[in-house]
Amino acid sequence: MPDTPIGHALEAGDVLLMVGTTKGAFLLRADGSRARWEIDGPHFPGEEVYALALDQRAGRRTLWAAPGNPFFGTTLRKSEDGGASWTDKEEHRVAFPEDSGLSLKRIWQIRPGPDGDPNRLLVGVEPSCLFETEDGGDTWRPVRGFLEHEHRESWTPGAGGMCLHTILQDPERTDRVVVAISTGGVYRTEDGGRTWRARNEGVRAEFLPDKHPEFGQCVHKVVHHPDRPERLFLQNHWGLYRSDDWGDVWVDIANGVPSDFGFGMAMHPNDPDTVYIVPMESDQFRCCPEAKLRVYRTRDAGESWEPLGRGLPQEGAYETVLRDALDTDASDPAGVYFGTRSGSVYGSASEGDSWTLIEGGLPPVVCVKAAVVA
Amino acid sequence: MTVTVVLPGALRELADGRPSLALDGAPATVADALEALRAGYPAVYRSILTETGDVRPHINVFLGDTEIRRADGLRTALEGDVEIVILPAVSGG
Repeated sequence: MPDTPIGHALEAGDVLLMVGTTKGAFLLRADGSRARWEIDGPHFPGEEVYALALDQRAGRRTLWAAPGNPFFGTTLRKSEDGGASWTDKEEHRVAFPEDSGLSLKRIWQIRPGPDGDPNRLLVGVEPSCLFETEDGGDTWRPVRGFLEHEHRESWTPGAGGMCLHTILQDPERTDRVVVAISTGGVYRTEDGGRTWRARNEGVRAEFLPDKHPEFGQCVHKVVHHPDRPERLFLQNHWGLYRSDDWGDVWVDIANGVPSDFGFGMAMHPNDPDTVYIVPMESDQFRCCPEAKLRVYRTRDAGESWEPLGRGLPQEGAYETVLRDALDTDASDPAGVYFGTRSGSVYGSASEGDSWTLIEGGLPPVVCVKAAVVA
Repeated sequence: MTVTVVLPGALRELADGRPSLALDGAPATVADALEALRAGYPAVYRSILTETGDVRPHINVFLGDTEIRRADGLRTALEGDVEIVILPAVSGG
């Protein structure tokens, strides 16, 4: 077994890169220059880690991780000391009610709640459901309106499983939440989770006879900016979209990209018009178009996209970047990071203008989360 | 009648370090035995079974030399002194 990770003492101004792989989690830390990274891990060796988060509300520096043991199941774990120690498997138990007929397969997303409610967190899981806690993570319950949704029987798994992978919250209205599931599409609640409406008008479902159903789309990721939260950007299983009204109507914004198929999507931390994606060639060949590893950036909310490949392999790069393996930090200039299924982590300290290899030789990367330590 | 559940190394930390657990009472089936184990060691139980009460896909439960999926599953009857052996399957990981 690998050496026991020592964790990082997190210091204000540090940039923390949380990398989840199919065989454990790695924590990378740099100072604000982001020129040199120290790596620590694997945490949870041998376990897949699809969800990581740093909760900095109310003065905390709490790390969350969701390791999935291939034999014994998925747990939710917490660290208050930068990963030097993690809570026990039973302390934050996320489980379906026994009468639901469902069992937890994987936790896909950990989302701290609004700043004004620091003990509230949400997690998105497989099979698709949303769980919530109101006591800082000690006890979790499924959001009943989602668990018992009338569409549940019609949702089907994509290649990654039937997962709820995206959770977006209205910073002004805590009862409004948008989630996305694959497959199933985008759903929104306006009443704190009691009822959920499918919000997929304009989003294609290429794999169904009816290309524009009410629900059933394979949405891969949705992002938004807290300064303009009603405007959503969506990376679909074929299709790039924007909605200006919390998902009521979606418009195509695949303007000048080599492919509108892809998984990851990340919002610029300081500019509501800037979004990053990593296109894949097609659903049949889920690798970079032309074997060139390029991130694409829009600075005008999807009116146009530009390739960003400086410092990235531009030949023979048969790489895949998954839905949660692309993120930005809140620095100025913003850092942009992504990980590949071949185990490389790349980063840019220049908003994507140029890139460096931060770490290679890791297990397949399934999750990258970046944060500036407050 | 003595029923003992033998644990793999990875689960012993959830059972106070014990390699096996001797069960009280006289469970009639494998399901009864695991249910008896649940009260004292809920984390061990949940590592073997899902919320729906099914054996996790990459866990094998042996009664003697027989994996219970090849017998009557969790309803497999227990008779006399037996060991229920929990092992990770080769299919996981």
